[in-house]
Amino acid sequence: MCLAVPGKVVAIDDGADPLTGLIDFGGVRKQACLEYLPDVRVGEYVIVHVGFALQRLDEESARASLELFEQLGLLEEEFGDAWEQAARQENGSEVR
Amino acid sequence: MADLAVEATATAADPANWTCPAPLRDQPVVVMGHGGGGALSAELIEQVFAPAYGNALLAGMTDSAVLHLGGARLAFSTDSYVVRPLFFPGGCLGDLAVNGTVNDLAMSGARPAYLSAAFVLEEGVELTVVERIARAMGAAAETAGVTIATGDTKVVESGHGDGVYVTTAGVGLVPDGVDIRPQRARPGDAVIVSGPIGLHGVAIMSVREGLEFGIEIASDTAPLAGLVVDMLAVTRDIHVLRDPTRGGLGASLNEIARASGTGVRLRERAVPVPDEVANACGFLGLDPLYVANEGRLVAFVPREEAEAVLAAMRAHPQGAGATLIGECVEEHPGMVVVATGLGGTRVVDLPLGEQLPRIC
Amino acid sequence: MKYIDEFNDPDLARRLLDEISATVTRPWALMEVCGGQTHSIIRHGIDQLLPEKVELIHGPGCPVCVTPLECIDKALDIAARPDVIFCSFGDMLRVPGTDRDLFRVKGEGGDVRVVYSPLDALKLARQHPDRQVVFFAIGFETTAPANAMAVHQARRLGLTNFSLLVSHVRVPPAVEAIMTAPTCRVQGFLAAGHVCSVMGMSEYPELAERHRVPIVVTGFEPLDILEGIRRAVRQLERGEHWVENAYARAVREDGNPAAIRMIEDVFEVTDRNWRGIGRIPASGWRLREAYRAYDAEHRFDVSGIRTEEPAECRAGEVLQGLIKPTDCAAFGTLCTPRTPLGATMVSSEGACAAYYLYRRMSEPALPREEMNPVG
Repeated sequence: MCLAVPGKVVAIDDGADPLTGLIDFGGVRKQACLEYLPDVRVGEYVIVHVGFALQRLDEESARASLELFEQLGLLEEEFGDAWEQAARQENGSEVR
Repeated sequence: MADLAVEATATAADPANWTCPAPLRDQPVVVMGHGGGGALSAELIEQVFAPAYGNALLAGMTDSAVLHLGGARLAFSTDSYVVRPLFFPGGCLGDLAVNGTVNDLAMSGARPAYLSAAFVLEEGVELTVVERIARAMGAAAETAGVTIATGDTKVVESGHGDGVYVTTAGVGLVPDGVDIRPQRARPGDAVIVSGPIGLHGVAIMSVREGLEFGIEIASDTAPLAGLVVDMLAVTRDIHVLRDPTRGGLGASLNEIARASGTGVRLRERAVPVPDEVANACGFLGLDPLYVANEGRLVAFVPREEAEAVLAAMRAHPQGAGATLIGECVEEHPGMVVVATGLGGTRVVDLPLGEQLPRIC
Repeated sequence: MKYIDEFNDPDLARRLLDEISATVTRPWALMEVCGGQTHSIIRHGIDQLLPEKVELIHGPGCPVCVTPLECIDKALDIAARPDVIFCSFGDMLRVPGTDRDLFRVKGEGGDVRVVYSPLDALKLARQHPDRQVVFFAIGFETTAPANAMAVHQARRLGLTNFSLLVSHVRVPPAVEAIMTAPTCRVQGFLAAGHVCSVMGMSEYPELAERHRVPIVVTGFEPLDILEGIRRAVRQLERGEHWVENAYARAVREDGNPAAIRMIEDVFEVTDRNWRGIGRIPASGWRLREAYRAYDAEHRFDVSGIRTEEPAECRAGEVLQGLIKPTDCAAFGTLCTPRTPLGATMVSSEGACAAYYLYRRMSEPALPREEMNPVG
């Protein structure tokens, strides 16, 4: 479901109703409705589905994921369960 | 040689493909997919045109027919051109009408010589529009080194046409010793594409009503006959040439695999897809392998000739981006299989009809 | 950071695969709920790269495929009317109803248009005040904010010629239905990342706890999917069952509150039929009473259209991983990609369609780097 792709907000038309912005998808530019991210700023990355920006992308989280993948194999040996504890605290949704 | 050009087709009767017949009664009216260059187009030809015309020439599947006439081998091809909008980044209907037929001839190894041009004009279309298209055709013909030798014009009532339709036909001579057709693909052949793919289809989509998006790419529409001449100078033993227009590279490779009974393997990461094309396909949910090209060819050449052919292609402006993308194999006959960037595989099937943006 | 290329890195994918292989000791069956994830899995050949012990069951998460036959028939009826401009996402056009599809209606003269966004349909309604513009509002939670905004705007603008044919579906009730089936084989879920971008994660802990099943919110690029699998397998190996977020860059705990408010303003929960699966309680949304004037089912009075799903189709069992597509008597005969009976054959990523395509290929996979470039 739901082909949604990341793009960078390059312009915001504050006068548009609904609130609209221009999103750059790596050289492809398309208008999207920003009504669901009213405080989004130019330069931020958002995830867009059928012409609507649905969520902003968090660069820190993205980097953390990539760093984790880099560490795989090494990390388990060195830190064992410590990392998992951190991961659970981070997402805060543990149900046990 | 049994090649009457009808249009790029594939044989849907291949038992390895359909386990049950897909009769036309599924679609008692013409739908857009019948013109999409995929399985529906193929069925239309097999089930309606081929039986009606009833001659052995129709068994061929080439872009142009090669006929013996007056001691010469004549390549003969026709194509109708319908595009909306009429003018798009990188060209217009007129460029397509000349380059498309020139390329269909070139895919038999022929040197295109003469074209005809028939217009269907809709009442009310501005004459300046017709003039711009005609001028584009004249310029494209000059570039391609062909002469538009005859033509015709009809007018239909307002509302009964889409502005301007153009049909061109062309003839050219096939050099001695050249036998290029999809049936000649052999296991071991190198598969080469002449440059980045998907530019034309994405350029058209970017200006299509309801889909408009900003992108700085232009259609790749271009004549390929000169490139083919340079390739044939390296070796006359080029097995297959195809210009992957409607249905894109995916459709062309499927047609070749089925016609020759061989398999085709691609390395996904070797296929040249410009970033803009990849990203546009990304947000539309399309596969660049199925997006149309108007100035590219895919070649199957004997492996030992591949490097020399590649070098010759890269020395020509229309082949500067030529790349080896895969090979022809004995395994999985009739199928195109892609080795993905991650090391997995996927089957690239013949598209059914036209490509549509998807949400899922 | 472009958020795409970085998550397609083959070396990191290999690390994740190695880690999954090192973790898994027993066979596990995971379901990716979302059709977008299925697409990515097939597109990149991820299923062939996983250790044999990890089985992926493709879930019912393609909104196009699960739209019930009866709803398609209603769409076809409305789209064929001369005063209607019928707007749809592109992939709905080839989904067959009982005896035709939207392509066919278009071929027979219906004004059927592909739009990229529901707001494009709204624009058409403003441009054509003399025509009725109907938008085929399908989709999961991800698409609901867009469709809700379209009808909300229509009411604000006082448009009387715009309506929605609604067939919205919701993920959590489908997870519940799958888990409560007596023959359920699914042991862990990759939850749909973009659904959670909108809705957040609050609906899942209760499901994870009650069914004692790991649920990992998962993204769509290859590394995202592998990470979702890695985390789900790790939970299973340890006998754990909790909700993890493996797509933190796009999913917040509370989702997108503004989007949720709009959905709740426009839609209310209802039971819904899923093609090939059947009725799932509370699994859909319909327009609230306040928006009834924008409901195409009322405006065009198609309530008389009643369609039974074909009894031959066993898509429900396939979706639950109970049978292989080839176990179905209709497979490849009555039911083909050209003449699909159920959801799993409609979509090219559906389990049945994938089987149909892949069984033609005798060898399952190519060794990496087997093909050497000569150029």
